[in-house]
Amino acid sequence: MNKINRIKSSLIDTKKEINFIFNDKKYIGFKGDTLGSALLANNVKLIGRSFKYHRPRGIISHGSEEPNGLVEVINDHYNEPNTKITTVELYEGLRAKSQNCWPSVKYDLMSINNKLSNFITAGFYYKTFMWPSSFWEKIYEPLIRKAAGLGSLSLSNSSRNSEKGFLHCDVLIIGSGPSGLVSAYIAGLSGARVILVEEDFIFGGSLNSETFTISDMPAQDWVKFIIKELNKLTNVKLMKKTEIIGMFDHGIFGAVEKNKYKKIDQIFWKITTKKTLLCSGSTERLIPFQNNDLPGIMLSNSIRSFVNRWGVKSFKKVLLFTNNDDAYSTAMNLIDNEINCIGIVDTRDNPKNVNPKINVYTSSQVINAHGNLKLKSVDIINSEGKIINVECDFLGVSGGWNPNIHISCHTGVKPEWNNKILAFTPGKNNISTHLETAGSANGKFTLNECFCDSEIKIVQILSELKIKPKKFVIPMIEKDTFNIDPFWFVESGKKRKWVDLQNDVTVNDIEIAYNENFRSVEHLKRYTTLGMGTDQGKTANVTGLAILAHLSNKLIPEVGTTIFRPPYVPVSLDAIVGSATYKNYKPIRLTPTHNWAEANGASFTESGLWLRAEWYSQKNEKNWRETVDREVNSVRNSVGFCDVSTLGKIDIQGRDAQDFINKIYSNGFAKLPIGKVRYGLMLREDGLVMDDGTTARMSEDHFIMTTTTINAESVYRHLEFCHQCLWPEMDVHLISTTDAWAQIAIAGPNSRKIISKIVDSEFDISNENFPFMACKELTICSGIKARLFRISFSGELAYELSIPTQYASSLVSYLMEVGKNEKIIPYGTEALGVMRIEKGHAAGAELNGTISALNLNMDKMVSTKKESIGMILSKREGLRLPDGLRLIGLKPIDPKTQLTSGSHLFNENDNRKPENDIGYVTSSCYSPTLKSYIALAFLKNGTERFGEKIKVSNPILKKETTAEICNPIFVDENGDRLRG
Amino acid sequence: MIINHPLLGPRDLNEFIYYGDASLLKRPKWDDKNAEDKFYKYLYLRKNIAGIHKELWFHQQGDRSWLVVTRNTKNHEIIKVELATEVVKGLDKQYEQNK
Repeated sequence: MNKINRIKSSLIDTKKEINFIFNDKKYIGFKGDTLGSALLANNVKLIGRSFKYHRPRGIISHGSEEPNGLVEVINDHYNEPNTKITTVELYEGLRAKSQNCWPSVKYDLMSINNKLSNFITAGFYYKTFMWPSSFWEKIYEPLIRKAAGLGSLSLSNSSRNSEKGFLHCDVLIIGSGPSGLVSAYIAGLSGARVILVEEDFIFGGSLNSETFTISDMPAQDWVKFIIKELNKLTNVKLMKKTEIIGMFDHGIFGAVEKNKYKKIDQIFWKITTKKTLLCSGSTERLIPFQNNDLPGIMLSNSIRSFVNRWGVKSFKKVLLFTNNDDAYSTAMNLIDNEINCIGIVDTRDNPKNVNPKINVYTSSQVINAHGNLKLKSVDIINSEGKIINVECDFLGVSGGWNPNIHISCHTGVKPEWNNKILAFTPGKNNISTHLETAGSANGKFTLNECFCDSEIKIVQILSELKIKPKKFVIPMIEKDTFNIDPFWFVESGKKRKWVDLQNDVTVNDIEIAYNENFRSVEHLKRYTTLGMGTDQGKTANVTGLAILAHLSNKLIPEVGTTIFRPPYVPVSLDAIVGSATYKNYKPIRLTPTHNWAEANGASFTESGLWLRAEWYSQKNEKNWRETVDREVNSVRNSVGFCDVSTLGKIDIQGRDAQDFINKIYSNGFAKLPIGKVRYGLMLREDGLVMDDGTTARMSEDHFIMTTTTINAESVYRHLEFCHQCLWPEMDVHLISTTDAWAQIAIAGPNSRKIISKIVDSEFDISNENFPFMACKELTICSGIKARLFRISFSGELAYELSIPTQYASSLVSYLMEVGKNEKIIPYGTEALGVMRIEKGHAAGAELNGTISALNLNMDKMVSTKKESIGMILSKREGLRLPDGLRLIGLKPIDPKTQLTSGSHLFNENDNRKPENDIGYVTSSCYSPTLKSYIALAFLKNGTERFGEKIKVSNPILKKETTAEICNPIFVDENGDRLRG
Repeated sequence: MIINHPLLGPRDLNEFIYYGDASLLKRPKWDDKNAEDKFYKYLYLRKNIAGIHKELWFHQQGDRSWLVVTRNTKNHEIIKVELATEVVKGLDKQYEQNK
């Protein structure tokens, strides 16, 4: 490229070329360009195809309001669809392609839709794909999915670096246009902690697109001056390339910072602020007329912006169409830059203060646009009805301005109609005073008004924060005015007039919706999809409302408005997720013997946040079952140990500790002697089982409660609830000691032998003096503090030994050493599970939140003679049905047939129908002790049916087998082993 | 949302667990006549007010206080935050006085 095709601009550095690729073609842009400005400067007008009709579309705007200029940006590891070309800062090697077109943007086969447009107007989907319903899943949905949607996902893992961050400030200022800069400067000088957020990659907002002077400086230079001053203030944080996506309750904002040049691609910020000033500016709106979607038809101020900020020279013959004063600035900027501005078509009779250099068609309207793939000419009609055709390559439209009030609506505040500027402004926030709005976002459309409004608002905010505002002299500016006449759409002509360019909604669609009685704004929106695109209808919504008002002969505020909801701009999920993926998804808790287990061949399984040793494979073992069978046999025949530290431990102390526990558990705890442990059943207030565990009495006023691993947190919360909310007068103190104490179960007929080798000799642990369910504080290995409990989950003679966590690893190594002769082994959760099923102990699978004590055959454990949580409601009729579910055991007729958990139970002669369902299997395993598969199940009236046969059916796995109903305690029914 | 904890000052919503209507503080007496009916009402017929509502929050990721938060559920304005223990002691006093 020999000639630099640009007008001089202080914001474009023509010495720094940037190469990029669009639709496989190479282009050159400059530092300071967006992808949009660079394409426009390269005379690329056709960007993509529209959503529904696949109409050719080009750039409309120059910022985040862009409905049309959406492309797929292609990166090495991920593609980002629906990227607005007007917001992407150009970078070396950028690759992008048009979307929604095939095979190419110029010859798009789906543009057949455009020819079918009479059939696919508003409500088309609702009317067409209604019946037959069987067609929906197989035919309609795949068809619609293929045709619908904008960009496509690359379906590869995002390799973007995403992080989350937190920020706090006194004043958050959103937007760095004239209002944002003045407010930030005043607040900064006054000493407030300020965060100024700007979505663009340079600060200054609309000022970057203007040529007037502020304090005798060109606007662009004044911006640089203020930013320089702000940079000197350490209490002001300036954030560009950051989009505020939503306002949440109590001054919390979400923001996404995207910075290609930093190591982290995107940061999701949560900003907590005391006060907020919304200075988000305003967006120009279109005027619908026939074919107003042709590439080349843009917003008037965007043409101005491309000329002034980006120095784009591609405009050859520009016509403007307006109902307000703003287009006149565009005309003057074009004329000053020697761009052929043919004139302004003004709907008003008598526009004021018109520069004689501008050719004005007064009382006129643009009624049609002509051209194939790009604008060639337009038809203009004057008040006498005379139509002339005018050639032009660009048409700048200004239908007035909509303040960017979206964020002010996020907490549910409805906007208010302002009849002077013909737009909605933020409603009064009478609930929380976190947010104020200033400048053109507040409907102040002249610069003078903007500056004054900002000063008033920031001073008010500072005084509410009790910060003394510094005096600030409002900058001198040229006089400007803003006048507008209501003019919403061109009535003449029968062809389609586009309101929402992203969702292909036309004036005609709104008429259809109205005629079919979808007259509430909310119905209109959903029926036509007006404003439901990724741009949230930033250029379309108000115009749509005005058309509805026109049709229903109402005023716009009478028709109502929809509320904007977060996010203000689309947010990718990986920004919200941040780095919380894969192993960082949630915290991982390791048991105190984790490293030892890993070194000794353990496989691990997740149990809540915990990783627990599942089994310890040995070299010669072919599969996990062989391993688990060995572990179970070792424990049943000699001795093994298992880390059970994950069980919740709650230390309960205080004068009323005993009475407290007696109210928590449904069974009696009032007479638990010191030095004894008791099994406790805990109910929820609704009478169903919450958890179970053991509680040991260490002294008169000191108890140690254990909970299941999964419920450790919720039981502790429940105890705090009971203490703080129900019985605060009780002298009870609770603390979770789950992490402080490691707990090792040592189980098997030889366990006493092992224990006696490590417990210091002064403690007598003989069966007489330390019987089943005894507990004691003692020392082991010459003086290490420990607690010993004689409790058993496996059904064998067993102990649980508690020691401070830091000793756990040494202890298990030592156990291996002292247990050599007994061939001691470590066992994992699977063997633990097998042994508890053999023993008929209920665990997580049985305590599933729908089960009562009666279901568990533990009705006697609910004492009705004392107060306890859940006792009263456990007596409810529905929980006491005589033929209710009962915990039973199942043995398959063929011992080698597996009984799968989740199978349902049916009487042998019944069909497999829901009404014949009489129970379900909760836990199952292979029992090496019984040399058979076994299972625990709930069966209606099950305890009365021991010995009968029943059908165990699992339609999902297509399995059905017959089993014998039996006592759920498969091993050592009388408990002789654990007392031995 | 920010909850102004009476002991710890302003804390973020994420630190709390929500437990609904604070009428759970008024647990019926177990040995009352019609205790079953009273417990049924206590547990299942709790209010879910659109407007100013007294509700229970638990400071799970904090000091494990149970709080009674008076909140306008229509706009999330938080009017009052109290320790549940203090509220219950107040209720008990009222009960004694009414006796």
